[in-house]
Amino acid sequence: MNRLFALRLNDWQIAAVLAFLGLAGPFLLPGLATQIAFLWLMVVFALTWDMLGGRMGYNSFGNIVFFGIGCYAAAVVQRDAGVGYFEGLGLGLLVGACLAVLAAVVFGAAMLGIRGHYFAIGTLGLGIAAGEIAAGWDYVGAGSGMALPLYPGELGQREIFFCYSLFALAAICFLLFRWIYSTRFGLALNAIRDDHDKADAMGLRTTPIKIFAWALSALFLGISGGLAANMIGFIDPRDVAFAGATFGVWMVLMAILGGKGTLWGPVLGAFVFHVTQELFWTYLLGWQRVALGLLIVVIVVFFPQGIMGWLAERRARALS
Amino acid sequence: MSALLEVKNVTKSFGGVVANRDVSLTVRQGEIAGLIGPNGSGKTTLFGSITGTHAVDSGDILFEGRSIAHLRPAPIARAGLLRTWQQTRIYGEMSCAENMAISAREAHGHVFSLLRPVPAATRRRGDDLLAFVGLHEKRMEKAGSLSFGQQKLLEFAMALMNEPKLLLLDEPTAGINPTLINGLIDRLRRANTELGVTLLVIEHNMRVIMNLAHRITCLAHGEVLAAGTPEEVRDDKRVLDAYLGVA
Repeated sequence: MNRLFALRLNDWQIAAVLAFLGLAGPFLLPGLATQIAFLWLMVVFALTWDMLGGRMGYNSFGNIVFFGIGCYAAAVVQRDAGVGYFEGLGLGLLVGACLAVLAAVVFGAAMLGIRGHYFAIGTLGLGIAAGEIAAGWDYVGAGSGMALPLYPGELGQREIFFCYSLFALAAICFLLFRWIYSTRFGLALNAIRDDHDKADAMGLRTTPIKIFAWALSALFLGISGGLAANMIGFIDPRDVAFAGATFGVWMVLMAILGGKGTLWGPVLGAFVFHVTQELFWTYLLGWQRVALGLLIVVIVVFFPQGIMGWLAERRARALS
Repeated sequence: MSALLEVKNVTKSFGGVVANRDVSLTVRQGEIAGLIGPNGSGKTTLFGSITGTHAVDSGDILFEGRSIAHLRPAPIARAGLLRTWQQTRIYGEMSCAENMAISAREAHGHVFSLLRPVPAATRRRGDDLLAFVGLHEKRMEKAGSLSFGQQKLLEFAMALMNEPKLLLLDEPTAGINPTLINGLIDRLRRANTELGVTLLVIEHNMRVIMNLAHRITCLAHGEVLAAGTPEEVRDDKRVLDAYLGVA
């Protein structure tokens, strides 16, 4: 057992396994294509949350807003642009990404000056407010939500398409963030997390750094929103687009479960969480929410440092 | 020698407590200036005023002839005026080498200029400065795992990495093993002579400050009690009464 903990998997070995799952998964397991697609969506959720929550020390409960903006932007553009499905989708994703980034810059300028718990609570309000606004706005279907155009391909093709799209998005997000964390910008995020006042006093331009980080998260969340809305086929303001109580909380949980501020932590957390959740739905139907709640308690009590942190501790003990 | 820093009649109060009253002092280019005084005499408050942590109530602060009294800490740091803290401030979850890398002057740049790896030359300079303060072997360790004294040394090295013109040090020898203090004095001097950093040092250890400083200002009850060479201040009757006591 100790030897197992001492074993260190190479990044490329893990990446190869994931790439195989991403590329061959939909063909080998066509019945699970939607679940796999959701898995990649969860990976994007966890990675983008970790940029602020793990690397920069700003726990945001409002990241769901950028996802929701992406959902609605795609739906509105696809409804009104009057072009073919894929042109509309592409345009919708672009608009969604731009609006999400814009929102992050505006909210960031207003809110990223707030520290600690106050920021967390402020962003929580942001997510709730966005859901209420969408639910009352007729232009976006108000409380009855919006239906997305039908995917033009054959039956079953839609799942495969979005499975690959979300896999590509998750992979690009991971690789970009991995590179970003290796730059001075990554160090600056960590510096802000460890001692914000010190970072200021050392001359770092902390406000633009924080806004840029949030905008990067929003970029990927906005795109993921457009893809997810099309995959699901329907957006409800509170249960899909601005689903703070589910997606919004899961983002945080997955990053913490895997290990905040680590490279693979958010990816691992998304895997474990998503698989566990699917199993709960399958085998504990009716009790799945209770089981999920218990899982959350177990995560916080037994894995406060996440799986990566726990592994690192075990490895350090095995080696010493 | 020209004045690098001029504090002119600065007053700062917190609620009803006047922490600094009409304080004036000058730090000349290239010198090591000392700031002494009993606990609660307003030394650290003055550091906060100079580095932009809080706004002053009245008076002015000039750095290289330019008023910095209403600037925030970051622009003041970018202008070349830096401080360290009595209770150290380092980036605890990052390695010492990373602490050094992000303390380099290049990190002052705009967001997009940060989107590149730390240059090898910067890493080397960070390692050299860690060696300078005797922490080279710890460079891969988490800064938060260092002892208090080692964290003080790291904070000093981080400040030097930032290439300041003027460095304010808040009790650099407090918490440092007494056997290492002489080495630290030597390093402060070398930072001054070899790296050309002007220093303003708060210090309670009289042996250290009398040895180190070219000129000393003594504060008491938020006001300047005396200023001059170490000998003048040491022999000043008011300083003896208020702070040093009669031996």
